[in-house]
Parts: sequence; C-alpha cells; structure tokens
Amino acid sequence: MYHRFDAVVVGAGGAGLMAALQLRAVNTAVISKLYPVRSHTGTAQGGIAAALANLEEDYPEWHAFDTVKGGDYVVDQAAAETMCAEAVDVVYELERGGLPFNRTPDGKIDQRRFGGHTRNFGEAPVRRACYAADRTGHMILQTLFQQGIKHQVRFFNEFHLLDLLIHEGRCCGVVALEIATGEIHVFHSKAVILAAGGYGRAYKITSNAHALTGDGVAVPYRRGVPLEDMEFYQFHPTGIYKMGILLTEAARGEGGILLNGKGERFMERYAPKLVDLAPRDMVSRCILLEVRAGNGVEGKDYVYLDVRHLGKEVIDAKLPDITDFVRTYMGIDPVTQPVPIQPTAHYAMGGVPTDVDGRVVVDESGTPLPGLYAAGECACVSVHGANRLGTNSLVDIVVFGRRAGRHAARFVQEADLPPLPPHPDAFAREQVDKLLRGPQQGERAVAIREKLQAEMMDKASVMRQESDLKALQRTLGELHEAYERVAIQDRGLRFNTDLTETLELGCLLDIADTIVVGAQARTESRGAHWREDYPKRDDANWLKHTLAYRRDGGIELRYKPVSITRFQPQERKY
Amino acid sequence: MQVTLRIQRFDPERDEKPHFEEYQADVEPTDRLLDALNYVKWYVDGSLAYRRSCAHGICGSDAMRVNGRNRLACKVLVRDLGNPITVAPMLSFQLIKDLVVDMEPFFAKYRALKPYLIADDPPPEKERLQSPVDRERYEDTTKCILCACCTTSCPPFWANGDFYGPAAIVNAHRFIFDSRDHGADERLATLNERNGIWRCRTVFNCTEACPRGIKVTEAMEDVKRALMLRNI
Repeated sequence: MYHRFDAVVVGAGGAGLMAALQLRAVNTAVISKLYPVRSHTGTAQGGIAAALANLEEDYPEWHAFDTVKGGDYVVDQAAAETMCAEAVDVVYELERGGLPFNRTPDGKIDQRRFGGHTRNFGEAPVRRACYAADRTGHMILQTLFQQGIKHQVRFFNEFHLLDLLIHEGRCCGVVALEIATGEIHVFHSKAVILAAGGYGRAYKITSNAHALTGDGVAVPYRRGVPLEDMEFYQFHPTGIYKMGILLTEAARGEGGILLNGKGERFMERYAPKLVDLAPRDMVSRCILLEVRAGNGVEGKDYVYLDVRHLGKEVIDAKLPDITDFVRTYMGIDPVTQPVPIQPTAHYAMGGVPTDVDGRVVVDESGTPLPGLYAAGECACVSVHGANRLGTNSLVDIVVFGRRAGRHAARFVQEADLPPLPPHPDAFAREQVDKLLRGPQQGERAVAIREKLQAEMMDKASVMRQESDLKALQRTLGELHEAYERVAIQDRGLRFNTDLTETLELGCLLDIADTIVVGAQARTESRGAHWREDYPKRDDANWLKHTLAYRRDGGIELRYKPVSITRFQPQERKY
Repeated sequence: MQVTLRIQRFDPERDEKPHFEEYQADVEPTDRLLDALNYVKWYVDGSLAYRRSCAHGICGSDAMRVNGRNRLACKVLVRDLGNPITVAPMLSFQLIKDLVVDMEPFFAKYRALKPYLIADDPPPEKERLQSPVDRERYEDTTKCILCACCTTSCPPFWANGDFYGPAAIVNAHRFIFDSRDHGADERLATLNERNGIWRCRTVFNCTEACPRGIKVTEAMEDVKRALMLRNI
C-alpha cells in the first residue's frame, strides 16, 4: 500500500511523540512497531534533569558542565549547552501538558539528587532530577501520548521498519511491514524522523526491552548513513542479578549504598566526593574490579544495593516500582534485605549523527542529508559523549525530539515532495521474501542471537581489550555467515513475529560490527569505553568522534572533531 | 525444570476456530511465564504469536489469561503457576492470532473519555502549582499501563462490549481528580450515560487483575460518588 505524508516519524516513544506534536500542523504519520504506550521510554525510572532550582541554587551552565564531564569530554559542548538550557522550559511544558510530577511542600516540582549531577562545577551533589515517583518515564510517555490523542496525531501501530528511502540525495520516505497483515507499505514523504530507540538486545544482560534492536540505526546505516561513536555503550551498575532489570539510580539518589561481599562501602575508595553517586561508567567498572578482587558476594559476580536504612516509608513513597520488581523477581524485600545487583547493558551513547536540530549529518563537516532527521537514543547529537549521566536520556528525547520536530515542520512547509526511487519497496520485499520463501532448513535465529549476546557481553562490555575484540570480530563474521542461511518456521503473513524477530537480529548483527570495530580502533580508555590494554584517556589522539561507514568488504572509520566551547578537558575525578 | 504449557492456538490463515496445543518447556523455577513462552517460540514452534516488550511489567504488552486469570506473562513466575500451565488470550476482543487480540476497540474507549489534561486557564510562566495532598488524590490511577487486564476480566464488559470498562474509567479518574484539570464535568456527563460508570457492579475482578496494584474498583466508586455528590 502507498501513503503520502509531509512527515513520517518512526518510533512513538518520548522523542517520536515529542516530534510528532510539533508536526501537527502538517500531514504527519507516526509508525511504531509497538503501541505507543509500550515504548521503552515508559520504563525510565528516576527522573529528568533540569536546573529549575526549586530546592537549591542551580543553573543550566552547571548542568552542562556535569554533562560534558560525565561524557568524559567527547561531548559536543554547544549541543550540551542547548540541551541543558532548554531542559528547563521543556520540563515546564511537560508539566503544563499534565505530567504529574512529585511536588515540594509549596507545590512546585520536586527534585532529587542523581549520579554525576553537581553544584558549582563538581563541588557536591545537587537536587536537579525532576521526578514522578520512580516512574518518570512512564509519566512522560503517558503525557505525550495523551497530548497526541488530544491533537489527533495519526498513528500506524505495529508497523515494523524495513527500509529507508533515499533518492537523488534526498530522504523521501520509509517502507514498513504491517505486522497484523504482513502487508508492505510505502510511506512517501518530504521528511522522515527516526526515533526508534536503542539496541541493548545486542547484549546478554540488559535492562532493555525485547523490542530494542536498533532498527532505526541499522536501517539508515545500510543506506549509507554513518554511525557515530558506536563504541560508547553504557552499562548501568544496578541491574537485578542475572535478569538485568533496572533498579534506578534514584535508589542511590535517595541514599541507598553499594556494598561488596565483605560489607564494605567500596565506592568510598574510588570516588571519595560523590561515592555511590559517581557516574555509571565508573560505578560499573568498580563493581567489576571488586568482583575480580574476590570481593563479590560469596565470591560470585555480584554486589549488593542496600536501601534498608532508608526505612519502609521512604522506600514505599519514593521507590515503589523497583521495590515491586525486587519482590516479584527475586522474592526478597528491599526493606529488610540487600539486593544482589550486577551491571546491565543500558544505553547507547552512539547512533545516527545529527546536529542540534536533529538533522542527520553524513560526514566530518556536518553536511545534512535533506529530509532525514533523528532524535533520542537512536541519534547521536552528541550530548552524552562517552558516558551519559542519569536522567539525561529523558532530557535528550524531549529537547531534541522537539527541536527535530520543529525543524522538520519548517522544512516540509518549504520543500516539495521528492520523487521516489523506482521500485521503492524492492529491497524491503527482498528481505521479507528471502525469509518467507527461503529453504525450510537452515540456521536457527535463536542460536545466532544467543551467541551474539553472550559474546558481546563477554568481550565488548564494561572492560575491553584488543585480543578479545579481535576474536569477537571473527565470531561476528561467522554469525553473519550463519545469518545468510537463517530459516524461519512461520511462513504465514499474519502477525509473524518469527519473521520480525529474525529481521531484528539482522539489525543487531550490523550494529555489533560497528561497536566492535570502533572499540578496536579506539586505543584509549574514555567513559564507558574502557580498554584494559590502554587504561589512560588520550586527548592528543582520541578527543574526536568516530564515524563508521558500511562499505563493501567491511567498515570504514572516519573521525570528526569535538565541539569545545567553554569547558577545557581535565582529568575526570569525582 | 520441565513444565507443560497448554497454549491456545489460532492461525486465521489455517484454522476455523481456536484449539489448545501442549508444549514442554525447559525453564528455571524463577523464570517468568514469558521466558517459557519464548522457549516454546524459539526452540519448539516459531509460529507461536504473542506480544511482549519490556519483560518486567511496565509496557503492558503481554496481558493474557493464565490458568483462567488475567496476568502479564512477564510478571508471574513459572514456580507459582503449577503444572501444566494453561495460557489463552484475553477475552472479549477479536482474535488476530494465537495470544494476540485486536486492541483497537480498547484504545477507542480510552480515547473517548478524553484522557488528557483539559485546562483552559492561561498557563503560568513556570509550572502550575499543586500541593502534595492534591497530587496524592490521583496518584494511584496514574500507574495504569493500559494492558487491558482489568477491562477483559470485567463481567459487565463481557456482557456488554459498549461499556467503557474499567481501564478507560481509571484513566478518566486520573484527570477528574487532578486539581489542575477542568474537564471533570464533560467526562462525568459521558460516564453518566447508559454505557458509563453505572454498568459497574463492583465485582472487584478488575482490582484483582491489575498487575500494577491499582485499586481499580475504588477508583470506580470515586467516580460514582463524584456523580452523585458532585464531590471531586
């Protein structure tokens, strides 16, 4: 089926919905492989940072500094300043849209502490995270979806992205599979906004939903768009042991602490000032170091998150959801028992490169691809650099979702509808037909996926080194070969999730390549990218962004400079 | 451990009506039912269809009937379900395939009760103020994830699919009792009509089914009291 719109938004989480709301004056479609309220934004827990200064002195400049330092200085500082300045206004906009923030006694939006957020350029923790209990993301997603209903946004629910259409140097639409019917749809448009989220499912232990397979990253990559800084992937320190389900950093923001197997508050040794509220990359690394030193609980690969001293009242009022997770999945009560945790794959700092208006830029000098935008986790602006601070993902999606939507709204009013390439759905059909009509016998997707996830976890997670990455690259080559022979069992058209899961696996494999190749090349340690064989940050050679291009026979890496406006790189201590 | 799953299957391209099939799954006792379904799909029969995403009870995708009760497959552990485990789609909505039902009518009812803030006063420069007490008034109903466990366990809804059902009303409650909202009258007027709140018979199935622990029936009673006493 053929559709014509001014703009098509791919993804209906916080970034996609925020963009769609800016596009309501033009003819816009939102396509999403999930119902919008199922999007992963809804699982964000702790808060959204903004220097409202409702409880203590605070400024966007302080927030920007923390963001830049948190990202280990490979953050584009102009973009970070834009984000932190607009965070204030966008939080008020969310509140006016109905978001039920927790309140101070005088009725203002309440704020709490979060990892890496400080007063006066690193002095001490500051109350900057605006929150709604421990379900801030749920409330943002609900509020934006509600506004979407109010403003009659046109949704195409359960449509799976198959291809991005680029013709004669312009983006002219997308091709998607309607999951319920198996029908292939061509969406012809002047602008496309990719807002399809991250790819934590490349790893075995992850906080990410099953749906987070990086479709909105891999699909443009296959069409020649480079991917930026893919080697920077964040592991959140407090995932539920073995399951990876996230326990919010707000647990530590409210006063929770980490304990090793000896009962020591080990973060005191590593980050004397911020202790348990040091940034995530550091805390995850410290947990692994403790485990290696034999200080894991019972000699195993986990430590404890302890909130017992906060008392039942605080835990029930401010951390109800994570308490429920711990009770449901571990059968223990955080009010009386410490919780076993381990680092969990959580957030992609890298992605599709954009400028501050969400325009996708395809080279070192920032040349935009007309009509193509990206926002949210699938994009790399870059405001998170080598390590994202807690609460800044929610800031990112609403600020840059809004900016991308606004720019696209202006663009489509001036631009004409570009022509489609001949046979616009040919590549999409080829992918689908190969699986639906290929041989019945072949490789099983589950085997490829489980091997990919286990190997990525083992060799490309918190700690990395050259020999591991080289071995992993060989393994990925074998997995790609196996994927060429993959066979699905379900040959039907209706709600064929055997098909969609296998397409998703193809995306994960392509993304894993870029992570591993980027990580191998970057011979330094910075933020979440920690090389045991190169344990120092190397600004002389590596204060730059990676761009990975897909080429015949491999990946070409290019590099582009970091925007430095006011914060000169310094050693990162907390 | 080995567990037997009795799963309702329906392929609209082949089957005239649904039937049950049995599968063996190799799982840990602490695995979620969703993990067991994944086992079947990934190792036994790839054609099995169900919705899932976050796998920890937040996205609301995987509501289904488990041993006769509405549950989220990701929020119930295999060890708590006995053996065999019977899995079927939610009642009341049209089957698309296996455990997947058409959710459009559910969302249409949600939309009909205006689930968004209606506030026509000029917004302040910063945030609207709201006291912690006023905020607490509607806290419980903000937790809804629109999974449909409540609505599809509601006998009045089984009997009359035109009833708005508890989920839509929970979301109306979330705004009716929000001190910033001015749309209570129009929502209450709709809820006072023949397919509105008075279809509720206080069965409490909704409250028992809610995976978020929302006191659904209490919220329904709040709305009834608001209509009778104009007491918001």
